[in-house]
Amino acid sequence: MSLDSDRDRNAKRRWLPRAEPKGWTSLDLLAEQEAHLRPHKPKSLCGLSFLDSAFHSRHRTRRVQESRLQPRLLREPAAPAMSIFEYNGSAVVAMVGKNCFAIASDRRLGVQLQTIATDFKRVFKIHDKLYIGLSGLATDAQTLYQRLVFRHKLYQLREERDMKPQTFASLVSALLYEKRFGPYFCQPVIAGLGEDNEPFICTMDCIGAKELAKDFVVSGTASESLYGACESMYKPNMEPDELFETISQALLSSVDRDCLSGWGGYVLLVTPTEVQERVLKSRMD
Amino acid sequence: MECVIGVVGRDFAVVAADTSAVQSILVHKTDEDKVMVLDSHKLMGASGEPGDRVQFTEFIQKNLHLYQFRNNIPLSTAATANFTRGELATALRKNPYSVNILLAGFDSDVGASMYYIDYIATFHKIEKGAFGYGSYFCLSLMDKLYRPDMSVEEAVDLVDKCIKEIQLRLVVAPQNFIVKIVDKDGAREYAKRAYTGDTPSEAATVTA
Repeated sequence: MSLDSDRDRNAKRRWLPRAEPKGWTSLDLLAEQEAHLRPHKPKSLCGLSFLDSAFHSRHRTRRVQESRLQPRLLREPAAPAMSIFEYNGSAVVAMVGKNCFAIASDRRLGVQLQTIATDFKRVFKIHDKLYIGLSGLATDAQTLYQRLVFRHKLYQLREERDMKPQTFASLVSALLYEKRFGPYFCQPVIAGLGEDNEPFICTMDCIGAKELAKDFVVSGTASESLYGACESMYKPNMEPDELFETISQALLSSVDRDCLSGWGGYVLLVTPTEVQERVLKSRMD
Repeated sequence: MECVIGVVGRDFAVVAADTSAVQSILVHKTDEDKVMVLDSHKLMGASGEPGDRVQFTEFIQKNLHLYQFRNNIPLSTAATANFTRGELATALRKNPYSVNILLAGFDSDVGASMYYIDYIATFHKIEKGAFGYGSYFCLSLMDKLYRPDMSVEEAVDLVDKCIKEIQLRLVVAPQNFIVKIVDKDGAREYAKRAYTGDTPSEAATVTA
């Protein structure tokens, strides 16, 4: 059996109906074969290769997925290749003040470059002194929030008290690492008042690597801008009013430089005695 | 290709969808109903993979009926939407449905509400929304013309303007649409819209 007939057999096994130009060189065909042998990067229906574990486990259906390539192009416009973390767009920041903390997020819900809503909630309450902001893929943020509330309510029933922020951060980290090889595409920002009303903030990546900080933590598509803005505007031991001003300015100036986040801001300021929620008006673009 | 449009007005919600069943370049039928009446006061407009769409919407409808049989009261719109979202989210990492949903309903205590549920189970309550290629033309039109206290005639007029815009500007625009409404009197079909093709389409007039 010659090498040429092997290549022809592989060429016929291609899933995509394609007119092959005459005069293919052996190098081209070899490259094609090697492309088939490379680890298959499954394409999901809108060009995002994120549902790796789900699609990998069903090799039989790869053929179905690929053969729908033509209608898929008719169905959805070809979008620029975006990371799954940038699918919905988000910005979350938390800052520590004097016996208080503030957590803020943007309000845009988008689908790649299209804006769906401008009142999307990204910061969720766990208990009166503990809040979590979830940036990244919106569906995973919602699923993760539901699981965390469930776990916290169970904890409250068993322990008859609220969870400490440090404990909660470990819980989130463990929950995320459980899905190490098929993760939730979220980066949480956790902020709470611990014992003696000591503010606690931390962030983690999508597989639960905790990062504690004493001053501020950021996450989302605008995170790089947020780092810069927070670093320059932050001062230690700010009073609640000043903290609110600082975090609002940092958030708004950062999301103005990011097309995927913005469309308003939502700031939550928590002190030992009260919680202030405010919605910021910003550039709607 | 498949367009679903939804608008919430004063104590009612309107969901419109195109009625073409298309596979690649072939139009199988032009009267496919994509807005399913889930129960007496709920509408589910769905777009996406045809098999998944029919299967998933019927699944939700039957589960809704089961709940009503078991508990003697119908499920609220918010609960239905959350249930739908939960089913999509559970299936997402196993066997994903590729169905985008606009769920609209009327509850006596809350009034009319509409929920946007993406195919990856992104869940959000909205007043106006659209799926598909039509959304590129409709969303900005709705941003301009929508008001929260619209009457039925105004809302249907807005939907008509969206349909006109789709038929004017989308390259393979669906020819026929179905418009359904849900209010305190229930969920029912309101109108059908067809492209007659006699006169050239004009752009919708929008007073600034």
